[in-house]
Amino acid sequence: MTLSRRTMLKAGAAAAALPLLGTKAFAQTEPLKVGFMLIGTPNDNGWNFGHATGAKFMKDTLGDLVAEPTIVENVPEGPDCERVLRELAQSGHKLIFATSFGYGDYVIKVAQQFPDVKFEHATGYQRSDNVATYNARFHEGRAVCGTIAGHLSKTGKAGYIGSFPIPEVVMGINSFVLAARKVNPEFTITPVYISTWNDPAKEADAARAMIDQGIDVIAQHTDGPAALQVAEERGIVGGFGQGADMSAFAPKAQLTSIIDWWGPTYVGSAQAVIDGTWASADRWPGLKEGEVKMGPYNESIPADVVAAAEAVKNGQIDGTFNIFTGPINDHTGAERVAAGVTMTDGELLSMDWYVEGVNPPA
Amino acid sequence: MTPELIIAIIVTVVGASTPILIAALGELVVEKAGVLNLGVEGMMLVGAITAFVIVFVTGNHYLAILLAAAAGVATSLIFGFLTLSLSANQTATGLALTIFGTGFSALAGQGYSAKPVTLLGPLFPSGAADSVWRVLFGYSALVYFALIMVVAIWWFLKKTRAGLILRAVGENDLSAHSIGYSVVGVRYLAVMFGGAMAGIAGACFPLLLTPQWAERMTAGRGWIAVALVVFASWKPFRLLAGAYLFGLVMTMELYAKAGGGPLSAIPSELWAALPYLGTIVVLVLISIRRDASTNAPACLGKPFLPSN
Repeated sequence: MTLSRRTMLKAGAAAAALPLLGTKAFAQTEPLKVGFMLIGTPNDNGWNFGHATGAKFMKDTLGDLVAEPTIVENVPEGPDCERVLRELAQSGHKLIFATSFGYGDYVIKVAQQFPDVKFEHATGYQRSDNVATYNARFHEGRAVCGTIAGHLSKTGKAGYIGSFPIPEVVMGINSFVLAARKVNPEFTITPVYISTWNDPAKEADAARAMIDQGIDVIAQHTDGPAALQVAEERGIVGGFGQGADMSAFAPKAQLTSIIDWWGPTYVGSAQAVIDGTWASADRWPGLKEGEVKMGPYNESIPADVVAAAEAVKNGQIDGTFNIFTGPINDHTGAERVAAGVTMTDGELLSMDWYVEGVNPPA
Repeated sequence: MTPELIIAIIVTVVGASTPILIAALGELVVEKAGVLNLGVEGMMLVGAITAFVIVFVTGNHYLAILLAAAAGVATSLIFGFLTLSLSANQTATGLALTIFGTGFSALAGQGYSAKPVTLLGPLFPSGAADSVWRVLFGYSALVYFALIMVVAIWWFLKKTRAGLILRAVGENDLSAHSIGYSVVGVRYLAVMFGGAMAGIAGACFPLLLTPQWAERMTAGRGWIAVALVVFASWKPFRLLAGAYLFGLVMTMELYAKAGGGPLSAIPSELWAALPYLGTIVVLVLISIRRDASTNAPACLGKPFLPSN
């Protein structure tokens, strides 16, 4: 069942109370009701698509143990999301996934009022007895992309279309350019922040602005394939899909893609609630656990480059390679991480500086 | 800056400006007739999804533009019926139309988000890339349509009898009514024209800017178009200048940041706010010049109630 936020709100308290009665009466026999709160719509072919796909996988895997997941779309990060969370909790959902960073404060607040409901907050940091957090190590996938870019770029210049300069995005830029500079020490990257997650026309114009000024590889941390389509049209070396395989939009230009795969996470959490073993925790899996996956490599990539990319990928899977192991200098050339030292998760999650090779924005 | 880069910037600016210009021209005519339709963003989204679906199904870009215009007219008729026939509040109805258009386009677009199409090619194909030819003749038909409409609307409003009637309806509806003109009829036609233009402006997104469908892909440009009409004091040629200025600001931000240099030091939040700050500055300047009127149609936004 897919509900829009508006439908939910309009349905109001009366409708919300009906399933509540049902749940109370048949609590022992009813399948687990799981709610998902999305900031956008599953049609974005990216972030929200990934969560909705994970929800579907959970239902397919657990079958009758769970009810058809309730997915509430287009919930803004503000008081509206508190209301949606409360309605989900009141209508018998025992496990609720809030999938955007800005929901955090509201999740904590509502969770206090519903101690028997489990909440999980994606990309957040605040936990309590019934609030867990989870994220994915997307930056591991970006190290694979950076390796390919380092090999293939002719100008040694990449552009990076970012949404906002938050640690999650900065981490991805740094991971990408660190990997590229292991191949080509002269490699540089220019981030362009466009102040939105989803404005395809602006993403396309940003890609045009980059290509017109000599950049021949484009990576992105926005939700759509617009930049890749421009890369395809202009015939540059290429770019990388974000969140999903976008090769349908740019069969030549998409070199590979980073795919979010939340399915197993959602199955695990739901199973834990059913078994009564659920406990608040912080999870941050990546390539190793299969929560981050690489899309197919473009057939135009030479075999030795694919091998180099696979080596970086497998090194991160078996733990022999970590892109954030020193020596790492910041963009001014000053050493930030000493040789042999690996940055901690805490340092990564608060990353607000750029590594050498980044032309820092204002 | 090399000449090649300047040409590339001009081409990108023209692309970014065109949907705003087309939508604003439509809204200008609507407002000249005394109607304030804040539903431009919603009508653009309906036009965008219509154009996308038609191109995806038929591959015919011109049919897509035509049907996007028709979809814009159909959407505008909802607004027209409520505000002109039922005298509903124009501001509230316009806002509701935007919400409706956003939701309707999202609904109609389900299943189309992961499908690519092709852009509308240049009207005059030429092998000469990166040249003066490209700056003048390298665009798709939508760009020339927008420019022709600037002249056509100026000529219509200034030089024709029908334009005079439309302006009379916007300036003094009761007088126009008393000498026998159908105020509601004229306003219906103006609202439908605005709907057609907004639909075509929406079609620019999948046909001119980025060949895909994404929910809310107009991303607020309908609101820029509404602001631009005020910015331009309801004058078509000033509207042309304003639209290209807005497009220049939106595009220069990206070129400045991608290329480095002093302009890239301006924060992106400020770049994003610049068109709106510009609108406010112009409004302030206009209101300081108390001798000159703001040129706003006198009946703008007021329902026509001849029985009162």
